[in-house]
Amino acid sequence: MTGKIGFILGNEAIVEGALVSGATFFAGYPITPSSEIAERASRRLPQVGGYYLQMEDEIASIAAIIGASIGGAKAFTATSGPGFSLMQENIGLAVMAEVPCVIINVQRSGPSTGLATKPAQADIMQARWGRHGDHSIIAISPSTVQECFDLIIFAFNVAETYRCPVLFMADATVGHLREGCVLRSKDEVEIINRKRPPEGLDEYYPYKADEDLVPPMATLGGHYLSRFHSSSHNEKGLPTSSPEEAKDLIKRLYDKIEKNKDKIVKYKTFDVDGSDYLLIAFGGAVRAARQAALDAKKRGLKVGVLQLQTVWPFPAEYVCELAKDKKGVVVPEMNMGQIIGEVRKAVPDAIPVVGANRYDGEPLAPYEIMKALDEVLSL
Amino acid sequence: MSRRSKEVSWKAFLREESLPHQWCAGCGYGVILKSMLYAFEKSGLAPKDVVVVTGIGCWGKADDYLYTNTVHVTHGRALPIATGIKVANPSLKVLALMGDGDSATIGGNHLIHSSRRNIDVTAIIANNLNYGMTGGQYSCTTPLDSRTSTSWYGDPEPALDICRLTETAGASFVARTTVYHVGTIERYILMALSHEGFSLVEVISPCPTYFGRYNKMPKAPIMLNWLKDKAISIERAKNLSEEELSGAIVTGVFADKKGHSFLSRYNEIQARAKKDLEGE
Repeated sequence: MTGKIGFILGNEAIVEGALVSGATFFAGYPITPSSEIAERASRRLPQVGGYYLQMEDEIASIAAIIGASIGGAKAFTATSGPGFSLMQENIGLAVMAEVPCVIINVQRSGPSTGLATKPAQADIMQARWGRHGDHSIIAISPSTVQECFDLIIFAFNVAETYRCPVLFMADATVGHLREGCVLRSKDEVEIINRKRPPEGLDEYYPYKADEDLVPPMATLGGHYLSRFHSSSHNEKGLPTSSPEEAKDLIKRLYDKIEKNKDKIVKYKTFDVDGSDYLLIAFGGAVRAARQAALDAKKRGLKVGVLQLQTVWPFPAEYVCELAKDKKGVVVPEMNMGQIIGEVRKAVPDAIPVVGANRYDGEPLAPYEIMKALDEVLSL
Repeated sequence: MSRRSKEVSWKAFLREESLPHQWCAGCGYGVILKSMLYAFEKSGLAPKDVVVVTGIGCWGKADDYLYTNTVHVTHGRALPIATGIKVANPSLKVLALMGDGDSATIGGNHLIHSSRRNIDVTAIIANNLNYGMTGGQYSCTTPLDSRTSTSWYGDPEPALDICRLTETAGASFVARTTVYHVGTIERYILMALSHEGFSLVEVISPCPTYFGRYNKMPKAPIMLNWLKDKAISIERAKNLSEEELSGAIVTGVFADKKGHSFLSRYNEIQARAKKDLEGE
């Protein structure tokens, strides 16, 4: 598959990108609209000496990929809303025990079993806050098939770098989209593997972090014994109820993501310089936003687009910087208005922020964004 | 053969600095832990070859006392985590230590499917017939009509037989004993460790603090005698009626089958897939 151009589904591109990243383990439970990921993984992984496990439910699926990553593999799972809900507790385990893994949510309309075959972006706040307890999280969202391929590699890289779960928030419009995609080879992309402890230590402390706040992760069966722990623990990986140790751990887990935000946040801009208005979107809604910006240009309006490829941690400082001299901001989302709250928190109060929302299971259309833009113009 | 003659002593697997342990006086878990350490010694394994996965509950504390690789996880999920570890790194000996809540109640679905999958993991289930850590509530293995802190007027639900369930579901090694029958614990664990495929040892353990106290057995010796009286070997049980077996603890080896483990089956799948790729 070296450097080939494929005309493939977003869901298929995700699997090909995962393979290029070096992933050798997938565990999942089929669910629309993510099933093509499981299907392709089940064919491709055993071809390269990897494993596809079809588990009894999504709880077991996320548990198995956490286990596989502890065992030394790069591992991923894929699901949609109902399965994503079931996975939340163990995503918290991956946060606490610091286990790199990638969880793909091809979002569909909800709540509950919702509209199983139809797209939405309504799990984006769940991605941020779905687990109990204080913590930060990384969520990445693709808007094209090419980005399904490129950004899943980025997702594995940040998971490995920061020893944490990464949520890959696709949606049915992108997962079920078929378009051209350059399937880059391993040599053409940057692949990052988890940091290992140096040899020759008297004792390896599994949760003793380096300056970047990330502890090196030992290979099981190698030089050192390792411990992984879901409860509040000390550097040795032993449980502790000390308030100081509990606080230090929670703070470090939060800071290792928030303080490395400049390396985790990825975005794209289209015609933002000199524009009067700004559209801020992520995932499938970016496609409609870019078309709306082009349509607005024909009307003589200067409209730029900011695409958030990394949605969490939210790049509030950058959004503020970009929006502060604009006359207005529109936030198109396939939900009732979720990320718009973050945008409102980030931009100065004087700048109007209006949502363009659709939550009937249909993809957002450019004219709907134009309507929201007209609302901003009328203010 | 004396234990000392072994290359790696059982003590090499014990994290002595974590002692004394937190289990109650009269709890059987220290007995199960030491039996497991003896089995490790006899197995010829080294601490770095062993991964112990624990969930939540009294027995879920066992990893604190172990000098092996340890993975302490969420309630009920030790088995799928162990599954991932073993598949990713087949050279490791992977054990899942679970109580009756972890293994069969909240984690019951994983127990059925790990058995069916015949995944190469050893489950050591310490069954104290109730939820000890949270204050003695009933679990799915609490005997029918027993009093617990959430069944004050008797448990209305019949108990689940973990060994019959897993044997039926496809586990290839299944054995049950009790803390009273201490010698058999080490023997069964050793058999399980050398078994290919899913192996399970269930050990019924006294909980005088909760289950015993609520059921007129507030001291460990009374509970141990109760286990002795309730135990019937699987050979003897074959000739007894359902009525005669009511309330009995059937002990012994329920299944010991050679056959395809998950990993051996998946090796074949990989070979077919590689052939398919070459043919493309």
